[in-house]
Amino acid sequence: MSETSRRGLLKAIAAAAMAGPLTLEAAQHVHGIAADEKAAGSYKPKALTPHEYKTLQVLADLIIPADERGPGAAAGACEFIDLLASQNPQLLAIYTGGIAWLDRSSERLYAKDFAGAPAQQQTALLDLIAYRKNESPMLGPGIQFFDWARRMVVDAYFTSPAGIKAIGYLGNTAVANFEIPQEAIDYALKRSPV
Amino acid sequence: MFQIAPRSPVYDVVVIGSGAGGGTVTKVLADLGVNVAVLEAGPMIDPQKDFKEHMWPYQVPHRGIGEGGAGYFGPTPWAFGYFTTTSGGWQLPGEPYTVAPGSKFQWFRSRVIGGRTNHFGRIALRFADYDFAPYSRDGLGTDWPITYDDIAPYYDKAESFIGVTGSKEGIRSAPDGIFQPCPVPRVHELLVQRAAKKLNIPCIPSRLAVITKPTNGRPPCHYCAQCGRGCVSASNYSSSQVQLFPAMKTGRVKVFTNAMARELVTDGAGKVASVSYIDKTTRSEKQIRCRTVVLACGACESARLLLNSKSGNFPNGLANGSGNVGRNMTDSVGYPLGAHIPALDDLPRHNSDGMGGMHLYIPWWLWDAKNKEFPRGYHVEISGGFHMPAIGSFHSDCRQHEGYGKDLKDTIYKHFGASVSFAGRGEQIPNENTYCEIDPDVVDQYGIPVLRFHFQWTDNELKQAQHMHETFQALLETMGGTVAKPKPNFLAGEGISTGGEIIHELGTILMGNNPAASVLNKYCQAHEVKNLFVADAAPFVSNPDKNPTLTIIALAWRTAEYLAEEMRKGNV
Repeated sequence: MSETSRRGLLKAIAAAAMAGPLTLEAAQHVHGIAADEKAAGSYKPKALTPHEYKTLQVLADLIIPADERGPGAAAGACEFIDLLASQNPQLLAIYTGGIAWLDRSSERLYAKDFAGAPAQQQTALLDLIAYRKNESPMLGPGIQFFDWARRMVVDAYFTSPAGIKAIGYLGNTAVANFEIPQEAIDYALKRSPV
Repeated sequence: MFQIAPRSPVYDVVVIGSGAGGGTVTKVLADLGVNVAVLEAGPMIDPQKDFKEHMWPYQVPHRGIGEGGAGYFGPTPWAFGYFTTTSGGWQLPGEPYTVAPGSKFQWFRSRVIGGRTNHFGRIALRFADYDFAPYSRDGLGTDWPITYDDIAPYYDKAESFIGVTGSKEGIRSAPDGIFQPCPVPRVHELLVQRAAKKLNIPCIPSRLAVITKPTNGRPPCHYCAQCGRGCVSASNYSSSQVQLFPAMKTGRVKVFTNAMARELVTDGAGKVASVSYIDKTTRSEKQIRCRTVVLACGACESARLLLNSKSGNFPNGLANGSGNVGRNMTDSVGYPLGAHIPALDDLPRHNSDGMGGMHLYIPWWLWDAKNKEFPRGYHVEISGGFHMPAIGSFHSDCRQHEGYGKDLKDTIYKHFGASVSFAGRGEQIPNENTYCEIDPDVVDQYGIPVLRFHFQWTDNELKQAQHMHETFQALLETMGGTVAKPKPNFLAGEGISTGGEIIHELGTILMGNNPAASVLNKYCQAHEVKNLFVADAAPFVSNPDKNPTLTIIALAWRTAEYLAEEMRKGNV
C-alpha cells in the first residue's frame, strides 16, 4: 500500500465509521486499497559491487525460492540488505566478507565462484553452512555469515508485498464485524488434544 | 526565587501531566466549568500525521529495524518498535535517573500529550472489593482509606465514558462493570479457553478500553489490531484523543506543551501559589499561577516534583512531613512463557487481527484458596494469532529450523500463527527496600535533581512468578505444546521481570487517613497542603493484579469532582 492509498484507507475508515459501524462494502473498498502494491522499480546497488549484489541475489533465491505461494526473495531482500549496508559499515563488512568467503570456498571446492557454480554445487556448500552443528574453524565464518543472510533475507521477504501474500497474512485492513471462519476453528479443534 | 509577574493569569487549576490522570481531571473539571491549565513536558500530537496506523513494513525502507539495520546490533530508539506511537522511552536524552547499587530498575517515561495512554495495552480492569483491604486480609501492606463501594460509581463513570469491553461473569476477583460487547475469540484463544477449563481456570472475554459501539462521537473499532500505533479513529482510549482534545474545545482548557515542571512554589500560608516550569523550547524558566494544583506526572515523576519543592515550611519536600513521599513504591510482577502449538500448524488463513490485544484473558482464580505458597495473585494475558509480519517475526524459525530453501519457506508458513504465549501480571507487596528518592549528586539538563531508585523483590513475588511458570507450562502442555525454555531458578531471582519493566510503578504519594503515615487524604488531597491534589497512580496504597489505568481514571474522576466541590464551597 502506498502512502497515498494508506491515507485513502484511513479516510475511508473515518468516513465510513462516523456513519456507524463500517458497512461490508466500505470494508471491502478499504481491503481493495490495501491490496495495492508498490511496483518494484529497478534498484541500483549503493554499497555492494555488481558481483557481490549478483551473488546475494543467487543466495537470497536459494534461501527463499519461488514456489506455488510466491516468488523467491531476491528482488526485495537484496535491495533491503544493500540499502542498510550502505548506511552501516559494520553490516557492509558482514556481507562483503561473507560473500568473499562464499566465493573462495566455492572456488576451492569447485573452481568457480559461488554465483557461477552449478546449482547442486551451490546447495552442497550451503548444506555445510546452514547448520550450527557443522561448526568448525574451517566453516565458522560461513556459518556466521549464513545466519545473518538467512535472517535478513527472511525478514525482508516476509515484510514485502510478495512475502506477506505468500505467508497468507490477511489483516491490516478495516472490518465492520470481527469474525473467525468456522473452518479455521474446526481445523484447530480437530487437531487439538483439548 | 523568581518574581511572578503580578498580572499573569491565575488558573483555577493547574494540572501537571496529561496521561490517564491528567486527562481525566481536565475533562471532568472543564465539564464542570472550571478553568484549567495543563502542563505537559512533551509536544502536542496530531494523530493524522503522527500515527503509523495501517502502514506496512515495506512502506519504510528500513522496514522498522532502523537505519543501517540498527536493531540487528542493539536497541533502537523506539521502546516498542518503529511503528508504535511515540510516547517516550526507557532513556530520555538529557534526563537521566539513577539506580542505587544492588538494585535493578528501569523507568519508562512519556514526554508527549496523552503520556503513556498513547501506547498502553488498553487493559481496563476494576480492582476487587478485597483489594482495598489487603492488610485486613493477610496482614501485609496497608489498607486503603476507601472501599470498593466508594470508587464503584467512578468505575461506572469511567467505563461508560471511555468504553470498555467485557461480559458479566460474577467473579469476585474481577468485578463486572459497564461493558460493551467483546469481539469473538480467536482460534488460539478458544484452545486456551478449553485448556483452562480442563485445569479449572476461568478464561473470559477481555476488558479492554476499546469501543465496539459508537460512543460519544467516536466510531467503533475497525479491528486492525494496531492500538499500539495510535488509533486515528480514536476507537480506543487515550487521554489525548478521548479527554484532552474534546476538553480543549470547551474553551476552558489551556495546554502548555514542552513545559517541564520544576517546582511547586508556596505562599506564606503554605499553599501552592504557582508552578515553576522550564519552557523546553526556549530553555527558560517560567511560572504559572494557580488556585489549586493537581499532580498527574506519573507516580515517580510526581514524587520527584514534591521532593524537589523544598522550602522553609517544607524542608523535606512539599507535603512530606510524614517522610512518605517516594516510599511504598511497587511495580507489577511480570513473567512470560510461550510455546509452539502443533494443533495450529498450517491453520487455514484468515484475518485474526481484531482489537489490539487479547479477546480472552484469565482473571486471578485462587483468590480464596488456602495454603498458597505466596500471598495475593496475578492475572494472565494471552497472545497468539496471525500478526502483521515484522522484522524479527521469523527469527525463531530461522534459529530452530535452520536450513534454507523450500523446506524453510514451508516451515515458516506452517508455524505462522501457531505460537501461543502467556504473560502474568501480579501484585507486588510494598517493602521498605523499594522506593525512590532524590539523588543528591545528579541533575538533569534543566538543572532539576533526578530520582534514584531502590528496588528489591521479596520471596512473595519470586514465588508468584514461579507459580506463573507452572500455570503457563500446564496450559501450554494441555494444548499440546512443548515448553522449550528451562524453568528459571525463581528463588534465585531468575525469570521475574526487572522492577519498573511492566510500567505499573505506583504508590509513591500514599493516601491514607493518618497524616503521620500518609501524604494524601482519602480524596487524594495533601494532608499538609489543602490546594494540592494528586491524580495519577501515586496515591495507590497497593498494586493489585489489575493494571492500574482504569483505577487511575476512576480515582482521578473522584478527586476532580471533590476538588470542584471544595472550590465551589471556598475551601480551597
